[in-house]
Amino acid sequence: MLKRAQALFLSLLSLVVLLPIAGSALAESSASQLNMPQGVTEVSQAAYDIHMIMIWVCTVIGIGVFGFMFYVMYAHRKSRGAVAENFHEHLGVELLWTIVPTIILIVMAFPATTALLKVYDTDNPDIEIKITGYQWKWQYEYLGEGVKFMSELRTSDDEVYGRAPKGEHYLREVTEPLVLPVGKKVRFLVTGNDVIHSWWVPDFGVKRDAVPGLFTAGWAKTDKPGVYVGECTELCGQGHAFMPVVVEVKEEAEYNAWLANKKAEAVEYASTIGKEWTAEELMTKGEGVYLQSCAGCHQADGNGIPGVFPAIKGSPIALGPQIGHIAVLIDGVPGSAMQSFADQLSEVNIAAVIHYQRNAWGNDVGDVTQPIDVLNYKQSK
Amino acid sequence: MAHGPATLADGWRAYISRWVFTTNHKDIGTLYLWFSFSMFLLGGAFAMVIRAELFQPGMQLIRPEFFNQMTTMHGLVMVFGAIMPAFVGLANWMIPLMIGAPDMALPRMNNLSFWILPFAFAILTSTLFMEGGGPNFGWTFYAPLSTTYAPESVNFFIFAIHIMGASSIMGSINIIATVMNMRAPGMTYMKMPLFVWTWVITAFLLVAVMPVLAGAVTMMLMDINFGTSFFDAAGGGDPVLFQHVFWFFGHPEVYIIILPAFGVVSQIIPTFSRKPLFGYSSMVYATAAIAFLSFIVWAHHMFTVGMPIAGELYFMYATMLIAVPTGVKVFNWITTMYKGSLTFETPMLFSIAFVILFTFGGFTGLMLSIAAADMQYHDTYFVVAHFHYVMVAGAVFSGTAAIYYWLPKWCGKMYNETMGQVQFWVAFIGFNIAFMPQHFLGLAGMPRRYADYGLQFADWNMVSSIGAFIYGGAQLMLLYNVIMTIRNGKPTTEEKTWEGAEGLEWTVPSPAPYHTFATPPELK
Ligand code: HEM
Ligand SMILES: [Cu+2]
Repeated sequence: MLKRAQALFLSLLSLVVLLPIAGSALAESSASQLNMPQGVTEVSQAAYDIHMIMIWVCTVIGIGVFGFMFYVMYAHRKSRGAVAENFHEHLGVELLWTIVPTIILIVMAFPATTALLKVYDTDNPDIEIKITGYQWKWQYEYLGEGVKFMSELRTSDDEVYGRAPKGEHYLREVTEPLVLPVGKKVRFLVTGNDVIHSWWVPDFGVKRDAVPGLFTAGWAKTDKPGVYVGECTELCGQGHAFMPVVVEVKEEAEYNAWLANKKAEAVEYASTIGKEWTAEELMTKGEGVYLQSCAGCHQADGNGIPGVFPAIKGSPIALGPQIGHIAVLIDGVPGSAMQSFADQLSEVNIAAVIHYQRNAWGNDVGDVTQPIDVLNYKQSK
Repeated sequence: MAHGPATLADGWRAYISRWVFTTNHKDIGTLYLWFSFSMFLLGGAFAMVIRAELFQPGMQLIRPEFFNQMTTMHGLVMVFGAIMPAFVGLANWMIPLMIGAPDMALPRMNNLSFWILPFAFAILTSTLFMEGGGPNFGWTFYAPLSTTYAPESVNFFIFAIHIMGASSIMGSINIIATVMNMRAPGMTYMKMPLFVWTWVITAFLLVAVMPVLAGAVTMMLMDINFGTSFFDAAGGGDPVLFQHVFWFFGHPEVYIIILPAFGVVSQIIPTFSRKPLFGYSSMVYATAAIAFLSFIVWAHHMFTVGMPIAGELYFMYATMLIAVPTGVKVFNWITTMYKGSLTFETPMLFSIAFVILFTFGGFTGLMLSIAAADMQYHDTYFVVAHFHYVMVAGAVFSGTAAIYYWLPKWCGKMYNETMGQVQFWVAFIGFNIAFMPQHFLGLAGMPRRYADYGLQFADWNMVSSIGAFIYGGAQLMLLYNVIMTIRNGKPTTEEKTWEGAEGLEWTVPSPAPYHTFATPPELK
């Protein structure tokens, strides 16, 4: 009996000893493997500081409480001949251990409040970016600049399903990162298009839910150029783990060059809307768009998933009048998972994918849908 | 009473009728306990699927869509199927014995509240085999993922939740009625064992919030099938409304889970300290304070949703306050042990581990209550670690302690102490290997409910999975221990199994006869 009690005591003791060691390991590990990153903004630094304060407060209390407990477990064992006393009340200590923790909490409320005020300090930004969560990608719009693009996972399915070796940036790479300049206060206005997502960049200390019909604001300002990777942190369906956030912070000159280039692209693109596209061009482009944006639900072979997502192959809409097909893409189907793609895909891409759907897998309508048809439909509303 | 309960010797039909039509609190308690254990194994199986998939980066075993169904079903089955019915089972068995009542106040309702549960879970589990799969929107089922974007089986999920809610409400009313009306003469409120107190308070919480949950799922049902827009922004509704309603139920729910666990531990620690519970009345007040606070802190689950700063500050301060009554409880338990005469049988080991690990979960809870830091923790594995420390090392450890503690009273056989202690250590070590690393994963940036993750998270995920398998194994050992005790355990007929045990339940023979306290006991 004695042996067993001693073994018990020792193993529990080792736990107490490990606790502070784990604590200090946390404090020191720079290799963000164990602890919260300090990040590169005021907000992330504030979160880190209050986090460390809390860890230390808890560690100290923990050592006190558990230390006392293990002492009791060692000293007042029956096997050591301890005889139980019979007291069961003491107003003094009971008041003490109600009041002291209350005071500790009141003291901690001050830094906690200051830190939160920092998170909410979103006024007077230099740059504003609207971030929209889609199933399963992010759209970034530089407000007032006419620049807007989608940012999607670049890791291939082959890597995910083990048919190809995983790259160094597995699940941390996107088609087009969000680009920001150093030294400028950037305000993020976050919203959702379909379900709720959440836009998180740990190094910025920004995590804002992307709720349909609502805007939430966050901000960041950093002096450190670099690439910062984040995640979607609100369950949003099967692609939840596959819509990372990548932000590239550049020197101001580089950023300006990038932005100018983006604007030029946008202007050039606008001119392609009026162009007459050939069936082949549309077919090729449409296949790409389909695989990116539609195949997740309707499947690459157009067969859908019975009972969940309807097939496109042989569907009355795909084989029916063109205008009805356009309407489904622009308006979505209310009350279903089929959302509107009006803001998500360009007119060219919508025209291409409609053309593809009407003429692939044995669908053979044979007509040609032009971007201008899509634009006309949009404007008629 | 010429005739006891039907046994197998009376034939299958009589035996089955006994269980189906029983109104005996001990039979119903037993049914609840076995049912909850089978749900525990089912939910555990789902967890094993999750941890196996997360063993390595990449999708190896299942598809992300099925992964989401597994996380959802794991959460629902564990919360509503395993933990809650386990404590209702304990309440059924022990409350009448503890307050000197012959049975529960409403025995027929008692039968009904149990027997609708298997149907609820049969319906819920069957959704996994339906076209489009089962619920895949998390146990918190946020709209619109759970409405507009849900698989069709969501209607069955809603129906199942309604049945579970009805069962809980009936069970709670029964407990309240029993405790208010059936206490033995002289058993005043402030003489009731703490387990009874925590359950009464829990029952009031349940009666208050289960209807709120029912309201939430009913609004979902309307949105999905009848064209309303409670949670649909396009129709003028608000997805955030769902979260407020859900967490107005959800936060009290976590205390519904933990308060009876507090009660169990408050019975066991004095027994093995051979010393009365320290600060009985402050324990009662602390429980009531926690229950009250649990109603006014719900939006600490929503710090990132974009509330105005005044709201954030209020919910932060209110949440921090919960640490005070929780601390009082921990200090009382430890002071109960102080200057006692301690022995460390299996129930005591589980209870001590409960105090340590639950306190650890309380610490992370306190960290989570700091809104600015929660912006980093929220929806990461840090939160997963937090609530497994409080719910598994809390509620499940205390439930296990209760089984070892009262098993001799229930079946008149003693479990094998060595086997019990071995099971404890396997569970204790497995649990910590599984969940301690999840703190690190969360802090390093791994979100929860991820079917796949980047390479930087690979090491700790593997460790966590190994721990989870060990912990899973410990539950099979528990099952083995219980079955071996019932079949081959050393008979024990003493009324008082444990030297230091106090209370009316230890004044009846072991195993407890089918009917007890037909005449009220004398209280000293
Ligand atoms: C000192 C006491 C506690 C405090 C201050 C506390 C605080 C918190 C906070 C702030 C969160 C939200 C974290 C986030 O999502 O970002 C949370 C989550 C959670 N807590 Fe606690 N907690 C405490 C005790 C408990 C107890 C006793 C239980 C249950 C037995 C519990 C169960 C949970 C659960 C289940 C969640 C996660 C719910 C979900 O999102 O799925 N907590 N806690
Ligand atoms: Cu809560």
